[in-house]
Order: sequence, then C-alpha cells, then structure tokens
Amino acid sequence: MEPFVRTTGVAAAIIRNNIDTDQISPGLYAANTPKEKHAAALFGNMRYLQGGKPNPDFILNKTPWTEAEILVTGENFGCGSSREAAAKALRAFGFRAVIAPSFGGILFNNCFRNGILPVVLPKDVVQRLAQDAEHAAGGARITVDLEALTVTDTDGNSYNFTSPVQQRSMLLQGLDEIDFTLSMRGEIEAFRNADKALRPWIYTPGLNVG
Amino acid sequence: MGMTFFEKVWDEHIVHRFTETEALLSIDRLILHDMSGSEALYQLDKSGRTPFSPEMVFTTIDHFIATFPGRGPNDERTVSTIGTGSAKGAGVERMNILRTLSLKFGVNFFDIGSPNQGITHVMATEAGIALPGVMLVCGDSHTSTIGGIGAVAWGIGASEAQHVAATQTLLQTKPKMMRIKLEGRPGPNVSAKDMVLHLIRQIGAQAGVGYAVEFAGSAVRDMPVEQRLTLCNMAIEFSAKMAFVPADEKTFEYLKGREFAPKHKAWNAAVAHWRTLHSDDDAVFDTEITCDVSGLEPQVTWGLSPAHTLGLHEQVPDPAAETDPQRRAAMERALTYMQLEPGEILAGQKIDVAYIGTCTNSRLSDLREAAKILRGRKVAEGVQAVCVTGSSSVKAAAEAEGLDKIFKAAGFEWDESGCFGCTGLPSARGARTVSSANRNFENRGGLQTRTHLASPATVAASAVAGCIADVGDYLGQGA
Repeated sequence: MEPFVRTTGVAAAIIRNNIDTDQISPGLYAANTPKEKHAAALFGNMRYLQGGKPNPDFILNKTPWTEAEILVTGENFGCGSSREAAAKALRAFGFRAVIAPSFGGILFNNCFRNGILPVVLPKDVVQRLAQDAEHAAGGARITVDLEALTVTDTDGNSYNFTSPVQQRSMLLQGLDEIDFTLSMRGEIEAFRNADKALRPWIYTPGLNVG
Repeated sequence: MGMTFFEKVWDEHIVHRFTETEALLSIDRLILHDMSGSEALYQLDKSGRTPFSPEMVFTTIDHFIATFPGRGPNDERTVSTIGTGSAKGAGVERMNILRTLSLKFGVNFFDIGSPNQGITHVMATEAGIALPGVMLVCGDSHTSTIGGIGAVAWGIGASEAQHVAATQTLLQTKPKMMRIKLEGRPGPNVSAKDMVLHLIRQIGAQAGVGYAVEFAGSAVRDMPVEQRLTLCNMAIEFSAKMAFVPADEKTFEYLKGREFAPKHKAWNAAVAHWRTLHSDDDAVFDTEITCDVSGLEPQVTWGLSPAHTLGLHEQVPDPAAETDPQRRAAMERALTYMQLEPGEILAGQKIDVAYIGTCTNSRLSDLREAAKILRGRKVAEGVQAVCVTGSSSVKAAAEAEGLDKIFKAAGFEWDESGCFGCTGLPSARGARTVSSANRNFENRGGLQTRTHLASPATVAASAVAGCIADVGDYLGQGA
C-alpha cells in the first residue's frame, strides 16, 4: 500500500451526514479504470451541473480547494455500497486524509488500502476543523500526523486520535499486506490443521461422512 | 461472565491476535461476483499470486448480467444512467475477467446457466455455502444478509477480497456488540421488511456504525429463515458492520440437504457444534435496543434514507418541526427530490414503476407473497412492473409451482436472476418507483428516480392499484 506518515495541506469541508459511497463515486467503475477517471468521478452528482459543466458553487471546484488533501466531513461518511471506487476516487483527486465523527465500516478499511488515512474525531472538533478549512483561501492549513496521532489546525490547536494499531503500522510503512500475512504462513497452517479437526465441514464443502 | 454468539465465533477464527481488538481471522467462505470480485481476482492474478484455498472460494455473475428473459451468457444489463462511467462493453469485460480467472484458479464457479447462478447473498444460503458459525465475506455491502442463517458475514472492499483470496484470512478490528430485540406481534400483512424499516426509523440510519448486531426477540424467533435474511440484509442500511440471527431448529431444517451443507455424520457433528453457538444468558452487549412491533402496519419510505419511513397512512413529516439542523436539511432535500409535500399520505401516490427483486426480497417466499395478490389481477395501466428472481434456482422453483404464470398474466415482466434494479433499472428519468430493494438513495436505479422502499406484497398491491397501496385492500386484514 501507499505509505502515509503526515501531511499539511488545504482542507475542504463538506459537512453533511451519511454521504454514501454512491455519492462519493456514482456509477460502476471497472477493475482497470485509469486514475483520471476515478478522480473525475468524485462526488459527480454534486460536482457537475447537468450537461457536465463544473458546478461553481461546489467546494472542490473553487480555489484553493481544488488542491485539497484533507476532507472534513459529517457522520457515517462512506456508508452504503462496498465499492472501492469511492476510496480510489478520493485518492485520485488528491486526498490523503478524511476527518469525520464516524465512518461506514467498509470505506474505513478501503481507505487504508488506498493510501488514505481515515481519522475519527468528536463532532465538535470536526466542526471546528471545518471552520478552519473555510479559511484556506486566507492561508489556513491543517496537519494530519499518523505517526504522532494528531490533527493540528492553523492556530496550532492539536487533537489526538486513535487508529487501529496494525493498519496504522502498515500504512506508515506502506507494507504489502498480502506479503505480510503470507509471512505468517506457518501460523495460518497450524490454525487450519487444528480447526479441521473441530470443523471438518468447513474445509470440504458438502462433506459427506456416511 | 457468559459470551455472546459473536464472541464465540470471533474467538474460534483467530489465527493471530495483534491487540485486544485486532486479529488476523481465518475466513471460511469467500464469495466473489463480477463487479468487485473480478477486480479482486484481476489484481491477484496481476501480482502473480493464486488463491490460498480455492475450494473455499465461490464465484458467480450477478451485477452486470442482463436479466431480460432469454438472455445469453454475455448479455450485459442495459446501461441506463448517464455518467455512470460504465461504457458499453465494460460489463462484458468484467464478466469475462471473473469467468476466465475463476476457471484458471479452479474455484467453485457458477456461470450463467448454472442453477446456483444468482445474487450472491441469495445463492449462498440456498446452496448451503453459508452455514451457521462460519465467517463469510464478499465484496458487497449486503453480505450482512447471510447472517440470517447464523453466519458471521460482512461486506468488504475489492482489496480486502484480494487479500482473502491470497491468504484465506483477513485482518479485522473487532466491532462492538449490539443486541436488537424485536418484540410483539405485528399487524396483518407485515413482513420483516416492514419491521426493519420501522426499526431504522426509530434508531436512525447510523445507529449501527461500528457494531455487530444480533437480532433477537419474539418477532425474530417467529420469523421464517428467509425473512431473517431480509432483516439482516437491511442491517447495512442502519450502518451495522454485520448482523445475524444465531441458528435455531428452523435454521437447521432450512439448511439440511442443501448442496454444499455437510451430509450424514458430518451434518450431525456440525449441528452439535452449531447448537453451542448462541449468546449465553449472562452475556453482555455494548448496546441493547428493544423495538416494539406490536400491531405494526405496512411501512414505506418517503425520502432518501431508510430512516425516512412511514406507515402507509401516516402523514409525510414537516421539516419545520425538526430541531436538528442536519436532519432538517436532509428532510428538505428529500422532499424536493421526491416531490412530496409535508402532510401528504403515501397511500394513493401514483407510481410509474413497480419492482420486485434484489438481495433483500427476491426469494421464493417473497415471490409467493406477491403472487397471492397478483393472482387473477392486472397491473394498472401505465405502470411498468418487473420481477427479477434472486437466483436461477429461485426462478426454477417458482416456475415449478406456476408463479411465473401468475406474474406474467398480471402484466409483470418475469426476469432471469441478477442485481438489475439496483445496478440500473432503465426507468424513465424521475420515475416514481415502489421497490422491494434496500436503498432509496439519490439516482440509485436510474437518474432522479424517486424510490419508495416497501415489502414485495406492498409492491404487488401498488402495481395493481397504480399507486402506493395497502396489501389489506386485496387480501383482507386477516391474511
């Protein structure tokens, strides 16, 4: 996976609850969809007017938020469909971190695997960061630091967050998750051998012992 | 202290414990479809790896396949919505990636034409691939459905699916545990769909964030297994990570003899094990909710969230009365999109499309319920009515008892199985649709489509009436 340690950048606030993955990446993108298409798809229904012209009122179409690296958003961000295109669209646009009071569970995990850090912070903190994000044109910048587990606003106020230990370490190092797991092959085999004695029907679907 | 069902299953699958809550879990069943599954296998192949345990992997085609009668193996569904990024031919490409790599890797593959072809969450329980106490994952959010037979099943992304294919394991953080008891006897003509919509209205569309949910209570005990699948299907709509109903005698009866379920002595050993997988009396949950469903009437959604639910004869709420500004804004947006006014009643709203299908409500029992209403009746003039069967075997079973004739005589299109309807019902722009599906999100199922979620029986009654209608008007209140 693509590593993430820390970033300081423009933050864009879209404060709405329950933004589902259909909204983040509308449609059904293919396995080999190029990055540019993912980037163009992001928030498609909000970002473009009928006919495909950019909606001038949408935050990501305005300077400096066209360069946003951090998204500050509402509760249950990324609920709904499991489509990984949602995480890919966020990353392809340029986002490295998403800050929200809560996340849809599937998107939360998909973010890590696409080089994006999902950060859970309390509602009032998210609200304060959203206000800070609005002043990006005046130079406001937010720092998200996975190593230190902190988010720092323009005035230097710092907020601690927690992150799953193993996923954090993989993201910090940009580890290939499959290689990492396969390095534990011995442990996996030992588990399966013991489990096979307890639950043989798992390992032979349709097991017929007369 | 006793353990919950979930704790027992979680502990049984730990290969390696990283922390108190993070573990590498052994995955018993991986199910893949042509959308996210094709991507998982494509990336796996590209990296030069092969499946760790191909016999534990099951693949089928459901998302991109057309469902019209007489389809061929490479007929892709109609691309109906503008701006979906899904160019003509893209679906065929995805189906072929899944097909080619499934054959190359030697996993269990159900192609078009196989009786097990179908919506993954429908065929998984039907074929006995999913069993009580298994950990099952699929690259699809509605995998929670499968919890209805007492499995611990959840949706994952394509990268996670690739990881499972390569290792037959998955790194997960243990969710918190919630128990939801549905208590009481609902009113006539009320199904699990009505109960779960009612529940989501009470607890909100995000009540389940971060939770594994166990359904319990008298109404759940009374439910047939297929209704429990509907109940668990909708758990993702209140954002639960997963949901389940621990197996009981009904579950065992439902699964016995199914193709991939264990047989004879292996079956007996399995059942003995499954009987131990229940929450102990003194087990502790992080959150407990009780929802009274006594006397409940059929429920329909009015807005853009499953929490936007009403009884058929209740008034559409007024956002002005909502104190929470976020919720008020969502209600206003929903009213504009759905073209409804506060105070209106849903019963009697004219509809353009009636749709029965999806992983929520496309099983044999769902079709039987709808057929009770459609028998000897006709779909109202101007209403497009479509039934898409959940799996090829559901379709065959329904046809064996003549349900197809009832649907067709009523004026329904009788379709092959697949996910069509969620992935692009080609209804006219802005069509008002009453649907047995699970999501009433903006633009889902067609551009500007105004979707009202309901039970299959309510959809059938509405198709006949030409407007949102009460099943009781056709079957009587005693049915």
